Amino acid sequence: MSISVPPNTEQSSKGIQPTGWLRYFSFSLDHKVIGLQYLVCGFIFYLIGGALASAIRIELTSPISDFMPRDVYNQVLTLHGTIMIFLWIVPVVNGAFGNYLIPFYVGARDMAFPRLNAVAFWLIPPAGLMLISSYFINGAAQSGWTAYPPLSITTPAAGQIVWILSVLLLGGSSIFGGINFIATILKLRRPGLKLMQLPMYCWAMLGTSILVVLSTPVLAGTLILLSFDIVAHTGFFNPSLGGNVIVYQHLFWFYSHPAVYIMVLPAFGLVSEILPVHSRKPLFGYATMVYSIMGIVVLGLVVWAHHMFTSGTPPWMRLFFTIATSFIAVPTGIKFFNWVATLWGGRISLNSAILFSCGFIVNFVLGGITGVALAQVPFDVHVHDTYFVVAHFHYIVYGGSVFVIFSSIYHWYPKFTGKMLDEKLGKIHFLLTFIGFNLCFAPQHWLGLNGMPRRVAEYDPQFTFVNQISSVGALLMALSTLPFLWNVFHSAFRGESSGDNPWQALTPEWLTSSPPPVENWVGEPPLVTKPYGYGQSQLSKEIPNSFIEDKK
Amino acid sequence: MPLTAIYTILISLALILGGIWAEDNLNLLPVVASSNAPIYDELFRVLFVIGIILFVGMTALVIYSLITFRKRPGQTSDGIAIEDNLPLEIFWTAVPAIVVLFVGLYSYDIYERMGGMQLASNNSHDHSLMMKDERIWGGIGTAQEENPEGALSPVNVEVTAMQFAFLFNYPKGEIISGELHVPAGRPVSMKMDSKDVIHAFWVPEFRLKQDIIPGQPTILNFTPTKIGRYPIICAELCGPYHGGMRSTVVVEEPEEYESWFNKNSKIPEVAL
Ligand code: HEM
Ligand SMILES: [Cu+2]
Ligand SMILES: [Cu+2]
Repeated sequence: MSISVPPNTEQSSKGIQPTGWLRYFSFSLDHKVIGLQYLVCGFIFYLIGGALASAIRIELTSPISDFMPRDVYNQVLTLHGTIMIFLWIVPVVNGAFGNYLIPFYVGARDMAFPRLNAVAFWLIPPAGLMLISSYFINGAAQSGWTAYPPLSITTPAAGQIVWILSVLLLGGSSIFGGINFIATILKLRRPGLKLMQLPMYCWAMLGTSILVVLSTPVLAGTLILLSFDIVAHTGFFNPSLGGNVIVYQHLFWFYSHPAVYIMVLPAFGLVSEILPVHSRKPLFGYATMVYSIMGIVVLGLVVWAHHMFTSGTPPWMRLFFTIATSFIAVPTGIKFFNWVATLWGGRISLNSAILFSCGFIVNFVLGGITGVALAQVPFDVHVHDTYFVVAHFHYIVYGGSVFVIFSSIYHWYPKFTGKMLDEKLGKIHFLLTFIGFNLCFAPQHWLGLNGMPRRVAEYDPQFTFVNQISSVGALLMALSTLPFLWNVFHSAFRGESSGDNPWQALTPEWLTSSPPPVENWVGEPPLVTKPYGYGQSQLSKEIPNSFIEDKK
Repeated sequence: MPLTAIYTILISLALILGGIWAEDNLNLLPVVASSNAPIYDELFRVLFVIGIILFVGMTALVIYSLITFRKRPGQTSDGIAIEDNLPLEIFWTAVPAIVVLFVGLYSYDIYERMGGMQLASNNSHDHSLMMKDERIWGGIGTAQEENPEGALSPVNVEVTAMQFAFLFNYPKGEIISGELHVPAGRPVSMKMDSKDVIHAFWVPEFRLKQDIIPGQPTILNFTPTKIGRYPIICAELCGPYHGGMRSTVVVEEPEEYESWFNKNSKIPEVAL
């Protein structure tokens, strides 16, 4: 091919950029460095959020409030929810993997706006530190990650304002990221590469970024109005000044329901990259996968009020949102059947990456089923704001996104470092996580159905035993990070060398050295038009020979 | 491939029977104590059986694939290069669509039977509770069809929620109580308002929940059916003592209720 991809001049002109490990601590413009910065930073926040989760579960081992004061419990709960969503999952499934992979996938040397990209990342650490430090200043926010007024207006103002500021910064960061991804996917594509030839993760990120760009500004505006209510005593949402609290809920969920898809759509994309490689089969139903992503984007924008079935919404609205929500199960179902069809008839290597991906499929199916149930108004009216909902959304966010993050780390670690992760430790990690997760969250369905509301530090003693089981599960999950952390650190230094393409994958990031050079490819980027061409011999024409040697 | 077809049918049958068995034998819901609780449980049963079938089916497929199609030592070739199969994809788009449509319509029917589709302002006979111009937000409640004209008039209660208690006010007898007393078998119509933040009124045994929203009164209608004492739980985060914001609803025989009412009423005669 004679088309040349221009080097990223911005980067090249900066000869002063640090090299080696130091560059991960600098204001780098390299998308790969930024991606790993997102990943590591997110993981640190995950550990903090996980410590808070453990504190919550310790409190809940007994029916009385004895481990921490009640207002501290609410602060811990609020911090946990906010950190896990805004500082761990959203930045990692979007920022980390998006930054690392998207330029490779479109055949570019960097993101469309490298500086904006770096700024988007560097907004995160200060926002997170500010959020957490508010706990030590005057008490963190304590009205839950939803910050419903009037509670958020009447609880101590300092923590709530810091919470709003940090969420605004994080929202800004994700908007910058979203714009950058849209521009990169649509504008930096290598000439000759058609949209329908892109790896699935590009489509997932395109859909996600559309959601980010459309819905995050609504959250920002809402929170700004809320902060006016708190500091300037305006009455947008304050009923004692004539405000309307339901309007806040509509605006909040207009962002926060799509936020669920901002957390799971990229995860869907990542799984679509991982399954074909390790089962040595093409991704099944590429076109329907693309359409189902777009279907989820459209439906995802019109279902927010299913979070408000008990808020006194009028009957027609409940009906509309029930039907719209239920129908998301259709495009989602398509994706799941396609993944299973991808496995079907393959040559599956049962490694940690595939185990976490399949664990994701199983967990997410259960989360999806309880989701359809929750969409039914009469069902929701009983279990809304109970532990049933806590179980449901952890099956989605943990069983979905977090499992996929781990799967992705096992899959791309050789790319990041040039070293293999230890498989035995990986499998121990998987087993502990899978068992701990299900032990922790499955019993919570029963708790909710039988009368335990969420966000409580004290509960009816009849629920003690089941809560203790759940806490044991949480403990196992906490333990499960140890083999993982050891594996990641130990393998970085002592790990077996992976070579450039240990999985013999066909997507473009593997068609360069591991770890890749600064501008991704030393020569011309390869034009990969069949990223999932496993089992097809004619591919040898398009892909460098070194890498299909094993193939017949 | 008739054998595969037979297996498929047998496995599907086993799944369906297993789902129904599991639903009947697991005790997943609390006592039924209101007229819409059995309707709710009907919906729950259907959702549970469908859910179990889907979940067990999908999980089995994944595990089966992992075992059957695992890479054996020495295998170096790829899997077969099947990229799509349109009829198959149409099939698994259509089936979930039909299931979802069925679930949606069925739950709409359930909702209708619970009285959820009626506008709240038509739901109560006692218009003194609702000024015409006041905006009443719809709550779910017992359908009027089940209480035809001339049947028992509802017990009207005004509920006030505050951090961290519920107050129940019976306007007919000028009673203010911290416990809710209601006679079994008679509809209850509650108008709920909050003094400070959002709270929620939840009685798991009634399968009912409604937020109590400051500035926007909500209505909740129900008919208690089973004598007993049940917890009233606040289900919306309302501050540090949210977990402790509980009360009790006492469902009693009509005579007992009457004597409770008379004992506490400031207005002597009972107005049933
Ligand atoms: C380490 C495993 C985890 C455990 C044991 C855990 C546990 C909990 C518990 C006990 C609650 C309180 C539920 C309530 O009272 O409403 C909670 C809330 C929450 N968790 Fe987790 N969680 C874990 C991981 C995650 C992850 C990975 C996310 C990512 C999105 C997450 C997001 C949330 C959210 C959004 C809330 C709601 C907070 C609120 O109600 O304000 N959790 N979690
Ligand atoms: Cu309350
Ligand atoms: Cu409460």
